Amino acid sequence: MNEAVKGTPSVKEGGVKDLIVDSIKHNTKQYTMFIALIAIWVIFTFLTDSVFLTARNLSNLFVQTVTTAILAIGMVLIIVAGHIDLSVGSVLGFAGAVCAMFMIKLEWGVVPSVLATLLVGLAIGTWHGFWVAYRKVPAFIVSLASMLAFRGLIIGITGGQTQGLEMAPEAAANSFKLIGQGYLPTIAAAAEGHVHDTSLYCSVAVIALFVASGLRKRAARMKYGFTVLPLNLEILRLAFLSAIIGTFAMIMVMYLGIPWSVVLVLALAVLFSFIAGNTRFGRHLYAIGGNPEAAKLSGIDIPRRTLALWMIMGVMTAVAGIVYTARLNAATTSAGQNAELDAIAAAVIGGTSLLGGEGTIFGAVIGALVMASLDNGMSLMNLDITFQYVIKGLILLLAVWVDMAQRKK
Amino acid sequence: MDDFILEMKGISKEFPGVKALQNVTFQVRRGEIHALVGENGAGKSTLMKILSGLYPYGTYGGDVVFDGQVQKFTETRDSEKAGIAIIYQELALVKHMTIAENIYLGDEICGNAGWIDWNETYQRTAKVLREVGLKLSPAARVIDIGVGSQQLVEIAKALSKDARLLILDEPTAALTETETDNLLKILGSLQQKGVTCIYISHRLNEVMSIADRITVLRDGRTICTDEKVSMTVDRMIHNMVGRELTNMYPRKERPVGDTVLEVKNWTVRDPVTDDVVCDDMSFRARKGEILGIAGLMGAGRTELVMSLFGVWGKRQSGEVWLEGKKLANRSAIDAISAGISLVSEDRKRYGLVLGMDVKENSTLASLDRISKLGIINKNEEIKSAGQYVKELRTKTPSLEQPVRNLSGGNQQKVVIAKWLLTRPKVLFLDEPTRGIDVGAKVEIYNIMNGLVDQGVCVIMISSELPEVLGMSDRILVVHEGRITGDLPRAEATEEKVMHCATSGS
Repeated sequence: MNEAVKGTPSVKEGGVKDLIVDSIKHNTKQYTMFIALIAIWVIFTFLTDSVFLTARNLSNLFVQTVTTAILAIGMVLIIVAGHIDLSVGSVLGFAGAVCAMFMIKLEWGVVPSVLATLLVGLAIGTWHGFWVAYRKVPAFIVSLASMLAFRGLIIGITGGQTQGLEMAPEAAANSFKLIGQGYLPTIAAAAEGHVHDTSLYCSVAVIALFVASGLRKRAARMKYGFTVLPLNLEILRLAFLSAIIGTFAMIMVMYLGIPWSVVLVLALAVLFSFIAGNTRFGRHLYAIGGNPEAAKLSGIDIPRRTLALWMIMGVMTAVAGIVYTARLNAATTSAGQNAELDAIAAAVIGGTSLLGGEGTIFGAVIGALVMASLDNGMSLMNLDITFQYVIKGLILLLAVWVDMAQRKK
Repeated sequence: MDDFILEMKGISKEFPGVKALQNVTFQVRRGEIHALVGENGAGKSTLMKILSGLYPYGTYGGDVVFDGQVQKFTETRDSEKAGIAIIYQELALVKHMTIAENIYLGDEICGNAGWIDWNETYQRTAKVLREVGLKLSPAARVIDIGVGSQQLVEIAKALSKDARLLILDEPTAALTETETDNLLKILGSLQQKGVTCIYISHRLNEVMSIADRITVLRDGRTICTDEKVSMTVDRMIHNMVGRELTNMYPRKERPVGDTVLEVKNWTVRDPVTDDVVCDDMSFRARKGEILGIAGLMGAGRTELVMSLFGVWGKRQSGEVWLEGKKLANRSAIDAISAGISLVSEDRKRYGLVLGMDVKENSTLASLDRISKLGIINKNEEIKSAGQYVKELRTKTPSLEQPVRNLSGGNQQKVVIAKWLLTRPKVLFLDEPTRGIDVGAKVEIYNIMNGLVDQGVCVIMISSELPEVLGMSDRILVVHEGRITGDLPRAEATEEKVMHCATSGS
């Protein structure tokens, strides 16, 4: 207080050093998660005689991550706003079954079937949102009710039978399959070599975009007169991150190219990161989860935001259901069982606080990768299913404990 | 030779980058009431945390001598066992349990079989309640009794553990005047029975009325320890801040402008109990004045501003006019867009999202001003938040600092910044200086003056009479939901205000 009285400036104009220290402090959590993921990969590489680290396996791993990642992206926002959604597993299965029935029984094409399924997801989300936002029923109960109800409805519409998509008209079935199993097409004949040209070009384009946006952000900060990293350090930072993106891309380029479903996840992750960090809607969700009373007094329309949030979650679940069904090429009655737990675990491993108000999309995607890596690695090792469950449970416990211990510091 | 029950000698404590305490000496005589005063951040809490064992032996320098022996507390249980009890500002009672359950929580009286002996529990509880002058049933639930009684229950709990040294941290912050008087009386009677008491408070008048001796801390150092008789409030303040606060209330003379806000026949019921809380209240607030609202706790002042802001109560009748326009104000959204802002009395509950940082909290109510199509311009955000950090002299290491880590005064400034960013015409301040230190108070007063100069109509609720009298141009007094006085500054005296606030005429 004394300094303030003397009239010295009360806020430090952060220097470059502060900027770096701040950014490391801010992102410790994300770095630790990333390091943990790499550690898991190294362990599995040893335990599986390097089978785990092959381009083929990693590429498969990414595809296996997709449904959990999509659900986790939505789940982060739900948990950030102070809710929980236990229904995503059942709703995922239901949406997949609905989509399959559109194609098999009604013989609709892929586009109308997918669009109609998204609408069904939207409707389910609206239903949840109505009860949570306007009837003030706890989300736990609303979604628990749907978890039961939609598991039943899946059986109702599939007649309790697995509905293989080969029963749908062939053209539609083939293009539907691409959503879950297909890769970016190649222009030049790629068969002889291992280079998938479009995938490669796309990766390069993404990296270029990433670098450009990084530089643009820096320019904007300079325009406002804020501290920025010196150009050489900034270039080093961008180069480092580009190398990471490049490595992931190359893994897929070296196998069959980038899968459509991975493209979808990345697009959703970028979109939702933007929504979470840069829009009023996102900011409002964090405020509602952090302190609902302060949010209300700050003029935030909590019911409206909550309804919109659940509608988004409904659509995301439908997207996950479509991808899941396309990957399996069939709608089954057990589709999506326990998917809600994987999604919640992914979000929580990714640093989302179950108390609300805290969490990142990037973290949840890494969390989903961790969960899928465990599944994938342990299957490769032919580990008894008993241990697979036990280990996954313990890892979840450990991850949250590490996170809480870090937070205390 | 003095008989000291407690001697803390040469205590030093460091946190990364901060020397919280440097060679502090603090001696308490057996049987006295010893007041410990100092601004927020002076080191009072740190000192008490060392005494309680929360900061274990070995993490600090110096010695804690209690009852003639060097104590090596490693956890709070050790200090409790030694006979030291601390009652924190935020009460640590389980709201839904009974008084008896709370008093023996963690120390339940059990028979041989291991079951809880409820008869014994209730009987002993009744006994300690009598000691603190509480006429309540031991079976009453804590949630159903007032804050003042809860405070006494905490003291009773300490007594039940045979505490010989009682430490009270801001015990009267949430109490009404009668409750405060009662508490001070009880402390006096406990002193008769031989209980020693350390009394931490910002309310210097209370300190003067109750303490035998006073120790002042500043910036982690002991400034002085004196007998009360040789101490005055002015000297205390001087020692706390290290400079003369020649004018605690920097009020300015200003020309009074037109009516900005007019409230007519405002009647509001409590949504739960259906009692009339605001009863036919009418008043005006003018441009260029600070309108003070005085009254006892529970008189309906907070409810008045919360209902005007659209976030509380069942509206019965009445109208609000702002600059000649009638407002609907059904929610905070309406109020904010009309130009009304409310700095509420409980900043942690209603004002801040504690996990969010300074800039996110600052812009929370005015995001529409810095976004396009729902997308926030983050650079604009840094700019507008940064501007108010500078203007209000908020002390924070950076804009990215979670507000949780700021001191009370600086948190309050963040709340004020949030509301100023909405560019209000009328700013309600509900107990704007509660729980913040003397220096920060003066800064808040200066901010208020600055706002009035800019043409904002400031309406301040305060339970501190000197504050209301010192800062307001006009004072409304509220008693049991009705406005019982509308006093221009020149006519207002403490006696008049209290008269209106208590008898309602």
